[in-house]
Amino acid sequence: MSDAASGEGIGQPVRRKEDFRFITGNGHYTDDINRPRQTWAYFLRSPHAHARIKSIDTSAAEAAPGVVAIFTGRHVADDGLGGLICGWTVTSKDGTPMKVGPHPILALDTVRYVGDHVAMVVAETLADARAAAEMIDVDYDALPAAASLSACQNAAAPQVHPEAPRNTCFEWELGNKAETEAAFAKAGRIVKLDLKNNRLIPNAMEPRAALGEFDKGTGIYTLHTTSQNPHVARLVLSAFVGVAPEHKLRVIAPDVGGGFGSKIFIYAEETACVWAAAKVGRPIKWTADRSEAFLSDAHGRDHLSHAELALDKDGKFLALRVKTVANLGAYLSTFSASVPTYLYGTLLSGQYDIPAVYVEVDGVYTHTAPVDAYRGAGRPEATYLVERIVETAARETGIDPAELRRRNYIRTFPHQTPVIMNYDTGDYEASLAAAMEAIDYKGFPARKSEAAKRGKLRGIGFSSYIEACGIAPSAAVGSLGAGVGLWESAEVRVNPTGNVEVLTGSHSHGQGHETTFAQLVASRLGVPLANVEIVHGDTDKVQFGMGTYGSRSGAVGMSAIVKALDKIEAKAKKIAAHLMEAAVEDIVFENGTFTVQGTDKSLAWAELSLAAYTAHGFPSGEIEPGLKEGAFYDPVNFTFPSGCHICEVEIDPDTGVTKIEKFVAVDDFGTVINPMIVEGQVHGGIAQGVGQALLEHGIYDAESGQLITGSYMDYCMPRADDLPSFDLGFTTTICPSNPLGMKGCGEAGAIASPPAIINAVTDALGIRDIEMPATPARVWTALQSATPRAAAE
Amino acid sequence: MPVVSMTVNGKSASADVEARTLLVQFIREQLGLTGTHVGCDTSQCGACVVHVDGRAVKSCTMLAAQADGADIVTIEGLAKNGELHPVQAAFREHHGLQCGFCTPGMIMTAVDMIRRKPDLDEETVREELEGNICRCTGYHNIVKAILAASREMR
Ligand code: FES
Ligand code: FES
Repeated sequence: MSDAASGEGIGQPVRRKEDFRFITGNGHYTDDINRPRQTWAYFLRSPHAHARIKSIDTSAAEAAPGVVAIFTGRHVADDGLGGLICGWTVTSKDGTPMKVGPHPILALDTVRYVGDHVAMVVAETLADARAAAEMIDVDYDALPAAASLSACQNAAAPQVHPEAPRNTCFEWELGNKAETEAAFAKAGRIVKLDLKNNRLIPNAMEPRAALGEFDKGTGIYTLHTTSQNPHVARLVLSAFVGVAPEHKLRVIAPDVGGGFGSKIFIYAEETACVWAAAKVGRPIKWTADRSEAFLSDAHGRDHLSHAELALDKDGKFLALRVKTVANLGAYLSTFSASVPTYLYGTLLSGQYDIPAVYVEVDGVYTHTAPVDAYRGAGRPEATYLVERIVETAARETGIDPAELRRRNYIRTFPHQTPVIMNYDTGDYEASLAAAMEAIDYKGFPARKSEAAKRGKLRGIGFSSYIEACGIAPSAAVGSLGAGVGLWESAEVRVNPTGNVEVLTGSHSHGQGHETTFAQLVASRLGVPLANVEIVHGDTDKVQFGMGTYGSRSGAVGMSAIVKALDKIEAKAKKIAAHLMEAAVEDIVFENGTFTVQGTDKSLAWAELSLAAYTAHGFPSGEIEPGLKEGAFYDPVNFTFPSGCHICEVEIDPDTGVTKIEKFVAVDDFGTVINPMIVEGQVHGGIAQGVGQALLEHGIYDAESGQLITGSYMDYCMPRADDLPSFDLGFTTTICPSNPLGMKGCGEAGAIASPPAIINAVTDALGIRDIEMPATPARVWTALQSATPRAAAE
Repeated sequence: MPVVSMTVNGKSASADVEARTLLVQFIREQLGLTGTHVGCDTSQCGACVVHVDGRAVKSCTMLAAQADGADIVTIEGLAKNGELHPVQAAFREHHGLQCGFCTPGMIMTAVDMIRRKPDLDEETVREELEGNICRCTGYHNIVKAILAASREMR
């Protein structure tokens, strides 16, 4: 049966295998798991952005009802536990390594952001733990805070870490400065733009949670936690923090309710829970409430940038130079240093042939929550900058924005940019053309004047994005400062009855791997989808893996499965050759059947699977019994998804409310395994991009360092009535760098959409720039101070 | 401690609870029905929606004691005789879920919405979903699923 006929193969919109448990309430998220004799943890958090801890008196709290134990930074330090680490080292332009302040699990003598961890109370119930925490007497010496990104590098600003003068962790550069300066010197026109990339708070709907256990008999620790990469968590907790040796620590990430980057990182809470489980001799459970999530999940974005684009008189780009200050928060989180550097600066060439690019990034500390990867991680910031300045250039030169892009697109591949990346393939014009067709670009002027008759301001905005996914060749990331390799592993286990278990180092927390990975395996082996089980998220089952982020599960994780399947097929053919008394070269495997070329001899998949385990008469030494193979796949390059998103908005000048009238996304993801799932990824990404552009903003008070947007009352999450339905399309160039030709789709929507929306809003208003989020208040204010083109027309 | 009794998914349930126990805590912790989720602490997200006497209610906004004597249906009680409810089936058919965390609340809200408004259109569905937050799907396919289910159930 062919793939198309079965409806289960590659390219088919197969309905998800995982859905049944979620729609019937049978999922198993971390907080759903309970253990006998379980205790509850509650973390006492700093109310100050910056303070010295003079003393902590826990005596009254220890005597409170239900309290089992209370731990402070002193206990952690006395036990010899290390702090949390940043797994990527960035080197400054003067050759010095980044300046890293210590990141203790529980604060020792200083707290550095509101929500910083001061003590952990373990009690019989959560209510007991919470009540006891209130009774802990912490004597703080409150200090002034450096909570403002724009002011934190001033000489007079309060210092977050003494190791980092002027709160500067690194001053990084990329590109060729001299060439860039030379290009600017002969430019016909220079376009300048100052941009803010607003701070976002990830808000996966499942709050972070942990359940730590210790088995006294075996000395084995078990941690259930909300993680996108349980093996990396185990590695960090064993090798760096020192909770337990790697082989005595099991980390399980069961069903996880969304991550978007925020669950990549290793946090204080799960570390403390699993460590303390041995101390109290009972399981310890912790689940964040939403307020804690706002305070202590790693935030995203938060850049201030100045960009300049040099053009010749025909609108050809000559050079781009960028200076960015990137907020890292109070401590370096697990991958934070890589986000505003190698995941950002390397994408500043966009889809364009720009001969010279030079970028400088200062990574700075502030007295705010740590900032790390959030959906797109660096690439949305790069795309926002490039696509905003290109749109501005179009307006200033009077060249149609589509035409200006076309004049500058990269058209031959591979293309080496001035900022490390080597683009392997793409067809940017195809996506642009398809998007313009879908939105009816030609009809826009008519729609704009029709809107004007109704007193509304209509605008249109483009975004031609590129991202680097499938992160990445281990050698490449290693040379750039990564402390880890970025390959992926897979193991394919064929059971004697012919059904198949596939163990993957990727982790699914909404992406649907149980379905897409099974589609690959089922179509390759010719077995029904129902006979394939995807196993992930448990360090006791899967030997090692790097987890899911950076849209890497398809391009890297599935490639590892392909490699393991190649080995399975090779061995199965050997067995088939033996059983059918033929030469291995004559065995053909198709649709689940082995045949001997040119004969009518055949063997079904299930027969062969059984024979692999009965192993009767296998020539000893030549064929081992069993059918199980593993593989590690290390990619040869990043992958480069690209596309064009176009947004059309209508603004009500009386209220400042922006309504998205049409949103078109045309993406090139290479091979698509399951279009239904891919479209879902794009929808979700665009929604987060709309959130960034119009609604969401993580705000700290610049003076006090208090988080002002700390709940759903203050932080504006996109709701169903804030969004339109989206119009999606695909163009395809096959990725040459991996066996399936896949590029990755998880982040495209969040990367591409904010500039499309802001380009549309500024077009409607006839202004150069507006800060994200373009809230009704900001839009209305902009309208009062500008003479909008549209209104004047 | 007050004793509360109610019918949950057709079975009677009663327990001693502290007066401050929320209905959602009673459902998750006392009854072990963990399909109902908690996504916030300000009654904004809708992950906790259940049916109380046939109406969608955020179970984090109600004390267990207030539900004394009530007839409660949670996500676990929606499928009947092994048959998915049409809304459950539509969520699967139209890919209305990704991580699944908001899904029980979304489905319970949708069932009530369709009961109250048999002639749903897209705009109404979006308005009605004001109290349910999903971070994964962008709502596109949730809206599609609810409209499809409502047509099916007409
Ligand atoms: S948990 Fe009830 S509304 Fe969020
Ligand atoms: S499916 Fe993940 S929050 Fe809705």
